[in-house]
Amino acid sequence: MNLTLKVWRQSGPDAEGRMETYQVKDISGDMSFLEMMDVLNAQLIEKGEEPVVFDHDCREGICGMCSMYINGRPHGPKQHTTTCQLHMRSFKDGDTIHIEPWRASAFPVIKDLMVDRSSFDRVIQAGGYISVNTSGNTLDANAIPVPKDDADAAFDAATCIGCGACVAACKNASAMLFVSAKVSQLSLLPQGKVEAAERVKNMVAQMDKEGFGNCTVTGACEAECPKGISLENIARMNREYLKAQLTPGK
Amino acid sequence: MSSSALLKSSLAKKYWMAFTGLFLCLFLVGHLAGNLQLFIPGEEGQLQFNAYAKFMTTNPLVQALSYIVYLSIIFHAVDGALLTVKNRKARPVNYQYSNPSANSPWTSRNMGILGTVILVFIVVHMSNFWYEMHFGQIPTDADGNKDLHTVVVAAFTDASIGLVYVIGYVLAMAAISFHLVHGFQSAFQSLGVRSKSLMKPIQIAGYLFAILIPLAFAVIPVYIHATH
Repeated sequence: MNLTLKVWRQSGPDAEGRMETYQVKDISGDMSFLEMMDVLNAQLIEKGEEPVVFDHDCREGICGMCSMYINGRPHGPKQHTTTCQLHMRSFKDGDTIHIEPWRASAFPVIKDLMVDRSSFDRVIQAGGYISVNTSGNTLDANAIPVPKDDADAAFDAATCIGCGACVAACKNASAMLFVSAKVSQLSLLPQGKVEAAERVKNMVAQMDKEGFGNCTVTGACEAECPKGISLENIARMNREYLKAQLTPGK
Repeated sequence: MSSSALLKSSLAKKYWMAFTGLFLCLFLVGHLAGNLQLFIPGEEGQLQFNAYAKFMTTNPLVQALSYIVYLSIIFHAVDGALLTVKNRKARPVNYQYSNPSANSPWTSRNMGILGTVILVFIVVHMSNFWYEMHFGQIPTDADGNKDLHTVVVAAFTDASIGLVYVIGYVLAMAAISFHLVHGFQSAFQSLGVRSKSLMKPIQIAGYLFAILIPLAFAVIPVYIHATH
């Protein structure tokens, strides 16, 4: 199929960006979206132009590196699908496809479609861990009984790959789905309960500091999340935070 | 709760939005109960409504409650505006091409606009009736109470502007309805009240509340306009 691409080009973090139009020909429906971008880049390199910079790594939907706001939606039109797992059969011959980077003040553009998502790393560093001794005498995790429902809910939250589609989809560029998934994943399990109060306070404080917006419960994050993380996690974080703030402590 | 987290954190701002919003939902029920007395016909209705209006403006407990309502409205509006400013800042450069209706309902993305419409309505509404009742020169009825009933009927039946008031009122109720469709259930989410078993009841209660309460409010001026 032949396609018209409108791609955001920006030469650097402080440079002015603009949409550029490109034509790609003979795209197979079996190609992934990233392979289609590879075709475009090969074409640009042959012509001696700068290829389009975009993030990617595993290309099998589990690493969270690929991004791209495709036709007005993060990761494109398909549900529960990362850009690398989106195939060109989802498009028709002659289509025009708009491709933009994630847009949020906490995700500044590095170049073209690549954004800096280290704000997520700093939120994790603020509390997204459990303090356990890893010097060789660690207890076997399975030795601690965990109710099945809690284990399932924690696992569902843990499937978050931290891609940032929730932030990209949210009209407020809020990171609540990401942060709440990480808070839930840890605080639902016995090993994580010990630091639950401090964790939620610190992670929320860092989230606010990074300049993410607030939750308006539009549900856009849940709808666009490639891993289907539920809004239930946000409610859980709201609950945990309220509990942590109301409990007298340090 | 530490004093800074109580006001400044993003989550706490939403707790206050939810808390004041739900409190104002309770106020709507109380207000509606009073308004429904406008359906009582004849002089009996007029006297009862005016006696009720007098009670609502002079009883100390009701007065205390009314100040909490005013504060809630102001807080809800200011807090909402602050949140909106912060949310705008979180995305300084907008998308060139976006398709938000693919992943979220219209009401959820336009709470600020709906809220502003409601705020304008509240100002007009209070200057029409609340101001008249408290500070206006209005005649008294047979029992010697301020005749708010006649002020209300006159507003919605006025030959030149009555129909405009009725239409404006109905549109404002529609805005409240859309605001509540999203706001009611959203408040529970913000306060962390959500589980698999609670989800459905909250949603159903939210829809019923958001449709029935504004509808009952809207019917009253239409009825007055049609029957007087």
